[in-house]
Amino acid sequence: MADLALSEEDEAMLDGADGPAARLCLRMVVALARVRGASRLLRVASAHVDGCLYHGQAGLDFVERLGELGGRVAVPTTLNVGSLDLRHPDLVHADAETTANARRLMAGYTALGCTPTWTCAPYQLTHRPSFGTHVAWAESNAIVFANSVLGARTDRYGDFLDIGAAITGRVPDAGLHQDANRRATVRLDCAGLSRRLLAEDAAWGVLGHLAGRVAGSGVPVLTGVPDGVTEDRLKAFGAAAASSGGVGLFHVVGVTPEAPSLSAVAPADIPVHEVAAADLRAIRDELSTARGRGIDALCLGTPHFSLTEFARLAGLLGDGSPFHPDVRAWVTTSRAVLAEAERLGYAETARTAGAQIVVDTCTYLTPILDAQVRTAMTNSGKWAWYAPGNIGVAVTLGSMAECVASARAGYLVRDEELWAS
Amino acid sequence: MGELTSDGSDSAATAVLTGRTVFPGEATGFPLILDAPLSFWGGTDLTGRIVDEHHPQRGAVVTGRVLVLPKARGSSSSSSVLAEQIRSGTGPAALVLTEPDAILMLGAWVAAELYGHRLPIVVLAAADYDRLCAAGPGPVTIDAGPEHATVTVAAAPRTSG
Repeated sequence: MADLALSEEDEAMLDGADGPAARLCLRMVVALARVRGASRLLRVASAHVDGCLYHGQAGLDFVERLGELGGRVAVPTTLNVGSLDLRHPDLVHADAETTANARRLMAGYTALGCTPTWTCAPYQLTHRPSFGTHVAWAESNAIVFANSVLGARTDRYGDFLDIGAAITGRVPDAGLHQDANRRATVRLDCAGLSRRLLAEDAAWGVLGHLAGRVAGSGVPVLTGVPDGVTEDRLKAFGAAAASSGGVGLFHVVGVTPEAPSLSAVAPADIPVHEVAAADLRAIRDELSTARGRGIDALCLGTPHFSLTEFARLAGLLGDGSPFHPDVRAWVTTSRAVLAEAERLGYAETARTAGAQIVVDTCTYLTPILDAQVRTAMTNSGKWAWYAPGNIGVAVTLGSMAECVASARAGYLVRDEELWAS
Repeated sequence: MGELTSDGSDSAATAVLTGRTVFPGEATGFPLILDAPLSFWGGTDLTGRIVDEHHPQRGAVVTGRVLVLPKARGSSSSSSVLAEQIRSGTGPAALVLTEPDAILMLGAWVAAELYGHRLPIVVLAAADYDRLCAAGPGPVTIDAGPEHATVTVAAAPRTSG
C-alpha cells in the first residue's frame, strides 16, 4: 500500500493553522485516507452533506462540537434533506424531543456556513459541478448522479466525512476519484427493451434496481438505449442502482459524458447481461410488496421531484379530475423547485387534485404518512425498496401515469401492455 | 496470517490470529457471527437489535458482542447509527470484517473523538476469518494496535484424546 504523503498546507492544517475544527476534520480525512490506501489528498470544489438527517444524539454532538470549535466550510456546501419540513412543521408526526433535536441538527449545519438547500437532488439546483471536477458529495443518489450524469468525481461519502471534507476542502485520492476505478465492470444490453417502456421513468427505476443487483458496488454500463434519455430517467436509474447494489457510478453509451463509446469506458472482455422486458416486470412485481389492488396513498418525488416531473404530473392531471377521496397523495421536492413549480402553476394543479407538497425531507424517512395508510403507490424504485422497512407500508410500483390513474380510481390501474413490451 | 499457540490445556488450544487494524482499540466479548453483510442504518436499531427483514440473524442483538461479519452493506448513514450506538452503550464491543469499511470506521472515529470510547475494527484474511467463524462460542479478545491487530479465540474443544 502507498504511504500517505501530505502537502505543506495539509501539515499546517494538522498543526492548527486553520483552526481547531479544520484540524479535527483533517485528522478524520487522514484516518480515512489511510484506510483507503490513498497516497495523497485532493482538493474538492464543493460538498454536499448528508449528515443533517437526525439519527441520534451523536450526530448532533458532532456538529455542535464543530460549531464550538469555530468550524466553517471552506467550499460551497449544500445540505441534503433533514428530518423535518421546516416550512410545514405539522406534516411530520415525530415526537417533540426528536423534532427539537432534528431542528437543532439542521441549524447546526447551517451555522457552519452550509447552504440550507435541504434536498437530496442538489443537481437540480443552478450550480452544478463541471465535468472532471473533484467534489465531496454524500447521499447515494446525489453521488451516483454527480459521477455519472455530470461527470464530476466523488467517492461514496457519508455522514461525518461529508462535513469534514467541506471544512477542510480535502478528500483522500481514492475510489471513484481515480481513473482506474471509473471503468465499467459489467455491461447491461438493453437493445431488447421497447422504446415505449424506456420512455417511462419508472422503468428506469426498475432497470436501476436490476443493475444494482448485477453490478453490486461495481460500475455498470448500459448499451442499446435510445437517444434522448432524460435526466429524470437517469436520476431514477441511479437512485435505484445505488440502493439495491451500492453503485456509485454508471455509464450509458451515447448518453453519459464519459461514455461516447463502449470502448471509452469498458474493457473488450466485459461480461454482458442481456435485459429482457420480463426481467423488468419481475423486479417491478418483486418491489410491489402490496397484495391486492387497494391503494391508500400516492408518494412521488424520491429522489426529489424535478420541475420537469412537476410539468408531467400537471399534464396528467390537466383534465381536472381529482384523486379519489380515500387516497392521500404526497409529492416531495426541494423548496427551490417548489418555488418554480408554484410560479409555473404546476404546484397549484397538483394541490387542486389533492396532493400535499412536502419540502426539506422525504416521505420514506420520517413519519409523514397518516397512520391508517397501509398501501402506497410510487413510481420510484428507491422509495419502493426502502419504504416497507423504514415506515412499514406495503408498496405498489408503477409508472407515473399508472400512479395517477390508480390514485384517481382508488385501486391499482395497470397498463400491462406497457410492461409486456 | 494467523499462528496457533497452545495454552497448555488438554481440552482446548488458544488461537491467536493476526489481522489489520482499521480502527485501533481493545475489547473482549462473546462473538456474534453474521452469515450475511449488514447495514447499520436500516439494519439495526438504536437498541442494537438487527431489524433488517431480509437478514438471516434478524432479531439478534449486537450489543457487547464481537461482531464478526463478512462486510458492511448499504447506507452511508451507518456511521451515524454506529456512533450513536457507541454513545448510548448499545453498540458491539468490536467489529471483525474481511475488508476495510470506511463508513463504519468513521462512526468509530467520531465516537472516540467525542466520547473517548474506542471500538476496535479489524480485518482478517479469508482463511483466518474462517477459522474465527469455526471456533467455539468462547470469548474473543481483540487488541488492535497501530501496527497490526490480534484476535485471540478459545479454540473448539478437542474431540479425541
